[in-house]
Amino acid sequence: MPKWTKPKMLTDATLSFCPGCSHGIATKLVAEVLDELGLQSKTVEVASVGCSVFSYNFFNCDSQQAAHGRAPAVATGIKRVHPDKIVFTYQGDGDLASIGLAEIVHAGLRGENITVIFINNAIYGMTGGQMAPTTLVGQKTSTSPFGRDPKKQGNPIKMCELLATQTGPAYIERVMVSDYANILKTKKAIKKAFEYQIAGKGFTMVEILAACPTNWGMNPPDAMQFIKNDMAANYPLGVYKDIGGDK
Amino acid sequence: MTKKVLMKGNEAIAEAAVRGGCRFFFGYPITPQTEIPEYLSWRLFEVGGDFVQAESEVAAINMVYGAGGAGGRAMTSSSSPGISLKQEGISYMAMAEIPAVVVNMVRAGPGLGGIQPAQSDYSQAVKGGGHGDYKLLVYAPATIQEAVNLMYIAWDKAEQYRIPVFILGDGMMGQLMEPIELPPMKQPNDPEKFDWATTGSHYGEGRRIVNSLYLKSEECLQQNYRLQAKYREIEKNEVICETIDCDDAEIVLTAYGSVGRICKSALPILRQKGVKVGLIRPTTLFPFATKVFEEVANKPNVKSFLTVELSAGQYNEDVRLAVNGKKPIDLLSRMGGEVMSAEDIVEKVMEVIK
Repeated sequence: MPKWTKPKMLTDATLSFCPGCSHGIATKLVAEVLDELGLQSKTVEVASVGCSVFSYNFFNCDSQQAAHGRAPAVATGIKRVHPDKIVFTYQGDGDLASIGLAEIVHAGLRGENITVIFINNAIYGMTGGQMAPTTLVGQKTSTSPFGRDPKKQGNPIKMCELLATQTGPAYIERVMVSDYANILKTKKAIKKAFEYQIAGKGFTMVEILAACPTNWGMNPPDAMQFIKNDMAANYPLGVYKDIGGDK
Repeated sequence: MTKKVLMKGNEAIAEAAVRGGCRFFFGYPITPQTEIPEYLSWRLFEVGGDFVQAESEVAAINMVYGAGGAGGRAMTSSSSPGISLKQEGISYMAMAEIPAVVVNMVRAGPGLGGIQPAQSDYSQAVKGGGHGDYKLLVYAPATIQEAVNLMYIAWDKAEQYRIPVFILGDGMMGQLMEPIELPPMKQPNDPEKFDWATTGSHYGEGRRIVNSLYLKSEECLQQNYRLQAKYREIEKNEVICETIDCDDAEIVLTAYGSVGRICKSALPILRQKGVKVGLIRPTTLFPFATKVFEEVANKPNVKSFLTVELSAGQYNEDVRLAVNGKKPIDLLSRMGGEVMSAEDIVEKVMEVIK
């Protein structure tokens, strides 16, 4: 295993995440990819609302903090002014799949040449563990204390599946960060997404199934198992859309 | 002097935006302002700009947030119900200090209201509109030419103060056609010249962050102080207000926007009837022309004021604050899209001076 060194695209700020939270892994993977693609001084990050809100403190590039759910719209504005720069959003599931559903869908439909890093941990983390649009059926949260009942609280939303049915997105993949092999696969997916943006292929999104041990009420190893056994069963991994080749 | 052209208000505003350096428009259709996006949907591409019809008013204003924060000269336009939806983004832009221009061609409300002209968004525009303590630089043109002139300087002011500039028009102005002079093309600033714009060119210590989040109360307080200091500076420097015949007037009319123009038409009729009448017509609503009102209210010849507005007295609240009890104030108010005529104003004046 190669020795890990801190990517240049990560600042020295201490990550604000809980022990066992997958945000730390995802943040570092994105920074590594930006390093490897030589995107220092070429990138604007768009932070969202939720535990991802402080991502502007972690990515060592220009950044805009967006209102809840609006990151794809903010990214659209930035990209239209600077089409030659790399623009990406870093969003959680409450932000992207609930309050920001219109923004993500239409950014995809426009084939907006941005990359979306979508962290799906099936819960509202920042506000203390409320039900998310992605909360699994039966999963207990602070606003579904008896477990999510589809008849009362509706069904979980599958964003990759939803976006992949539309014309516009160039590359959509769902991955997870439950173990070393899958972390490497996640990095590969993130890299591909940014490579597509560099090539001007259009809208790319990587959905990362992630753990929130604090709000799931689990220890970190159990949370990793929950991603593998429960999250992945409800949100199947894989490439949902890939226009491939040259465009 | 350049040649005069006959243009519809909304189209003239759109062309003046382009000439003022605007290169990016993000918006959503709503009557009575839709000619602005329609015009810009082809015009911006002639000058190397870009145009996006957004999925919603909310998305549109957040696109403006992104583009403005990245140093582009960006705008959106809408009408009352759409402007309500944009308040989230406007509040964020105020706190993040993003220069941009927002046009509201006001229609009657509340709710869906109607599509006829109104001024019932006065408080929303002037007092902030969204959550938090903030102000916008609010221009209320009375003619299409004035709207053109204000659009032309709007981005200069927005960038100077790093503040959203708000153009408060109305349905009447948007649909009216009149001959205007258009100013010459002005090139927008290079975004790389701003020391705050997220152009993507920065890395490490020099990186820029456009942000409205200040979780530590002390930092949030300091940022609020910073904003308030900016608003005091704007109050000092940016008041624009027209006064007519106040030196001998016994009754002073006051109105803004299209209603200010209607009041102007009433002045000669009243003078012919022997009524000594004057007019205060502010072009900026924030900053408010408080000093002008104070001075006029202090004149011994001025016996009373008459506020004329297409709302229930929202503007009159600020007039009353500025006149500060020195002279009595009457109100002529119309709502729902009904516009008063010059004759209606004359009639009201004759009634109150009886």
